[in-house]
Amino acid sequence: MPDTTALLKTPLHTLHLELGARMVPFAGYEMPVQYAGIIAEHKQCREAAALFDVSHMGQLRLSGDDAARALESLVPVDVVDLPVGKQRYGFFTNPNGGLLDDLMITRRADDLFLVVNASCKNADIAHLRTHIGHRCQIQPLPDRALLALQGPKAAVALARLNADVTSLTFMSGNTFELAGAACFVTRSGYTGEDGFEISVPAEQAEGLARALLAQPEVAPAGLGARDTLRLEAGLCLYGHDIDANTTPVEAGLTWAIQKVRRPGGAREGHYPGALTLANQLAHGPTNKRVGLVGLERAPVREGTKIVDSHGHALGHVTSGTLGPSVNQPIAMAYLPVNHTAPGGTVYAVVRERHLPMQVRGMPFAPHRYHRG
Amino acid sequence: MTVKYTPDHEWIELTGDDDIATVGITQHAQDALGDVVFVDLPAVGATLEQKAIAGVVESVKAAADLYAPVSGSVIDVNEALRADPSLANSDPLGQGWFFKIKLSDRAQFDALLDGPAYEQLVQNS
Repeated sequence: MPDTTALLKTPLHTLHLELGARMVPFAGYEMPVQYAGIIAEHKQCREAAALFDVSHMGQLRLSGDDAARALESLVPVDVVDLPVGKQRYGFFTNPNGGLLDDLMITRRADDLFLVVNASCKNADIAHLRTHIGHRCQIQPLPDRALLALQGPKAAVALARLNADVTSLTFMSGNTFELAGAACFVTRSGYTGEDGFEISVPAEQAEGLARALLAQPEVAPAGLGARDTLRLEAGLCLYGHDIDANTTPVEAGLTWAIQKVRRPGGAREGHYPGALTLANQLAHGPTNKRVGLVGLERAPVREGTKIVDSHGHALGHVTSGTLGPSVNQPIAMAYLPVNHTAPGGTVYAVVRERHLPMQVRGMPFAPHRYHRG
Repeated sequence: MTVKYTPDHEWIELTGDDDIATVGITQHAQDALGDVVFVDLPAVGATLEQKAIAGVVESVKAAADLYAPVSGSVIDVNEALRADPSLANSDPLGQGWFFKIKLSDRAQFDALLDGPAYEQLVQNS
């Protein structure tokens, strides 16, 4: 048994054990990896609704008149023009243009609400305080839990607790009372499905989770299914598909850099690594993240070497599994740009065999967001 | 009919007097692996040394090697398992068998763990 004494617990820990979860250490927390089984939970999310505990992630608020401009000095994302009630995907960059973390930013009436990765949250808070602590208030919210309700029936289930949530569209958020708790809800998630992320006071999280699990469409899902779902959705996992050595351009995240922040835009640059990214935006990167689909049955996992037809090394897999919905091996890898055209074939070196994989656009499973 | 076990969580069953045994993974192994999505089986006719890698079993999350519990030659593999790897989860001791092997040294079989000894090993792991 792993030593779990030093691990943190989320407010739903007791409930996870009651539901029969298999618990594992993850980013300093003891988290549920699965309940019924990864494939069953994955399908539950694709077909109905799955409830994830993502309370390990960091929640924080930035407030003050200069908060949006201050945050823009750390992210290549348009925060200033983000309307109240809207959410945007972004990332912190380092002076080389590498990714320090990716995050979700929601503009609220009185503040900016940020959700950051569990493994990065302490570094993110230090980063914010160091660079913009004099320009705005930075308040971590460790007294709030975060639940993700994801799947095509998530809206139906959540609407039974408060019908007003259906007013949200993809990447928007608002405050709603759910099961007696004052929650901040965004219509977003990490599975490619329609769904919601619900920030709830920690002491009311279990009550809300039980109210959601009481809905016939909803079943709990763990980190295992979360990982297969996000990979099918073509979404990056920090520390695997993106890290301090990969830039947003290499990672194929330029869509998240709005025109206004790009070279020639009204508020171009002025974030760490802006020159590197401007150069990559103008001339293209040397390596790029691509999707790969295995033409044979064997799963191709993280770390697997990718070679060309002559056996020359091209790169390696950053995430890989057998996609439970697409029922094929799927993977992400960084490859030289001349090998990134969709339809091209590369080879994964698995147990000394070269398994053919086809370069494919992502997502592997279609997104089904509710865009209104 | 005698079933023996390895510390690596394979089971091996001798059904007759012809020294032909069936090999699979245990209930404990399939539970620990989770949903099995792929199996790599040995080639029929291959000669395996005891503890050599005989195949691979992959779940959604992990890959694990399957070791030959005894030395011998592979005389059959479970094509049904190749087509539906989830049999290793749903019926690990039955339809989820992996391969059949003709033993070259019966003493190796006799020296493997019996049921109670394997149970104890699982309890203590």
